[in-house]
Amino acid sequence: MFTKILYIAVAVCLLISLIKDKKKTKKALFKSWKSFEKILPQFLVIILIIGMMLSVVDEETISRFLGAGSGFLGVLIALVVGSITLIPGFVAFPLSAALLNNGAGVAQIAAFVSSLMMVGVVTIPMEQKMFGTKVTVIRNLSAVAFSLIVAFIMGAVL
Amino acid sequence: MKMFLKRYKWVLTLLVINIIVGIMYPNIGKLSFQNTKANFLQILAIIPPVFILLGLLDVWVERTTMIKYLGKGAGIKGFAIALLLGSVAAGPLYAAFPVALVMLKKRASLFNVFVFIGAWSTTKIPMFTFEIASLGVKFGIVRMCCSLVGITLIALLISGLLNKKDEDAIYERAENVI
Repeated sequence: MFTKILYIAVAVCLLISLIKDKKKTKKALFKSWKSFEKILPQFLVIILIIGMMLSVVDEETISRFLGAGSGFLGVLIALVVGSITLIPGFVAFPLSAALLNNGAGVAQIAAFVSSLMMVGVVTIPMEQKMFGTKVTVIRNLSAVAFSLIVAFIMGAVL
Repeated sequence: MKMFLKRYKWVLTLLVINIIVGIMYPNIGKLSFQNTKANFLQILAIIPPVFILLGLLDVWVERTTMIKYLGKGAGIKGFAIALLLGSVAAGPLYAAFPVALVMLKKRASLFNVFVFIGAWSTTKIPMFTFEIASLGVKFGIVRMCCSLVGITLIALLISGLLNKKDEDAIYERAENVI
């Protein structure tokens, strides 16, 4: 749905750009291609790693680790799993819902969802290349700490 | 050719590993390739608009405009714009990195850029609606409130911990992105 909106919005922008200045638009598209080509190897590496990981660590395995009564250890495991894996949201949310229905704790799921979205161990080399080591370390570490806090807040509130 | 090999050495290494695994454990290897293909197609679907937007942004948005709206002096308005820009996005977090670099190239402030990245990672509206549908309104809203605070704190932390030298290095790197 939102991807469609994005496409339409960009198509409109492109059209306006084309009407306003053909040469500039051509330059823009050339830049688009060049910047895409520049990070293509990194994209491919990430995609390959995710593919391999998901073939070994399936949903069942994740369920077992985050199961009911796993307590603080469960939160930590959820944090690690969420940080390492790169599962798209539309897979992660139904999976989380299924886990919750099967007795997993809210705190564990919150830690999993939060770290999944904010922490990217697999993408660290890419992030490092773009923003430098310091930013990458601070961002990922603080995101881990934040996910832990969110887990406890949500465990207490819900 | 040599250039290609150098740039794609990790891609090729992983491909070879995947093929070896596939020969030893056909089921895992096959599943792995299926996952890769599915992810590749999914990302391919969102790549054209994101990168076209990047190119257009680079050509049309003047540095002065970016500084005005997202630069150091933009204040709360800059924060709000960065949050909104990140929240309406689609795609995985690592798709946000090149966009963030172009923003930096045009001299958006580090704080605003990291608010943008934070928003892209966790307050995306498409994902939020999906989260509420899967995990319930209460779960979604409590997490969203936490996230808004967390994003701001993390962006403050990053921009606060960087010294002038780090900052210059980041802006310099951003110059070479396109």
